[in-house]
Amino acid sequence: MTVLLTADELVDARGLSCPMPIVKTATAMRTLASGNVVEVLATDPGSVKDFQAWARSTGNELIESTQEGSVYRFLIRKI
Amino acid sequence: MNDKQVKDMDEPLNLVLFSGTDDRLNAAVVLAAGAAALGRTVNIFLQYWALDAFRADRIGADHGLAPEAGEAGRTAVDALRAAGQSSWADTLRQAKELGGVDIQACSLSMDLLHITEADLDPLVDGVEGVTAFHLSTGNGPVVFV
Repeated sequence: MTVLLTADELVDARGLSCPMPIVKTATAMRTLASGNVVEVLATDPGSVKDFQAWARSTGNELIESTQEGSVYRFLIRKI
Repeated sequence: MNDKQVKDMDEPLNLVLFSGTDDRLNAAVVLAAGAAALGRTVNIFLQYWALDAFRADRIGADHGLAPEAGEAGRTAVDALRAAGQSSWADTLRQAKELGGVDIQACSLSMDLLHITEADLDPLVDGVEGVTAFHLSTGNGPVVFV
C-alpha cells in the first residue's frame, strides 16, 4: 500500500544550479515545524547526492528521492 | 558518508578570500553557501582584491574572470548567468540568511586600499586583524581562494 504524502511546502528549484536547491530548502526549513514535509523540485543532477548528504548531516529525513524526466523530486521531513 | 565526515561539520569552514574575480568569488561563495546550508559556521576573511570587490559602490559590477577563463570561459559564465544563476553577492546574502556566516574585512587590506568600513557593502560584518581571524578558525580548514 502506498501512502500519498502532501507536502507542507514546495521549493521549486528547477533551473537553479548548485548550491541553490539546498540553500533554498534550508531556508524554507527554518520556518517549518518539526514533522513538516517539504517537497523540492530540482533539475541540478548534483542535487541527488547533495540531498542525501544534507539529510544525513542535518538529521532531516529524506523520505523520497525520485526522478521524472529531467526533474528530480525530493520529499524531506523536518526533524 | 561516514561518521567522521558528519562530525566535521561542527568545525567552522574558514575562507580567506584574496582574489577579486567573479569566478573565484563565486566558487568561494558556493563553498560557503553549501556549508551554511549544513548548519556549519563559516568565517570569511576578505583580503586584497576580494575585499575591493565588496565595496558598496562596486559589489554589483563586473569583476572579470581569471585569465585562464579565456573567451570560452567568459561565454560559459555569461550563459549560466543568463540562465538565471544568482550573482555571488546574492548567493552570499541568501547564505547569510541561514545564519552562521561571518564576513570580516582584513584591516591590513583596508589600509592598503585606503577604505573605511563605511565604504563596504552591508554584507561585511566588521574589520579584524589576522590574530582575531586565527582565533576564530577552531579546528576547521582554512581555505585560501
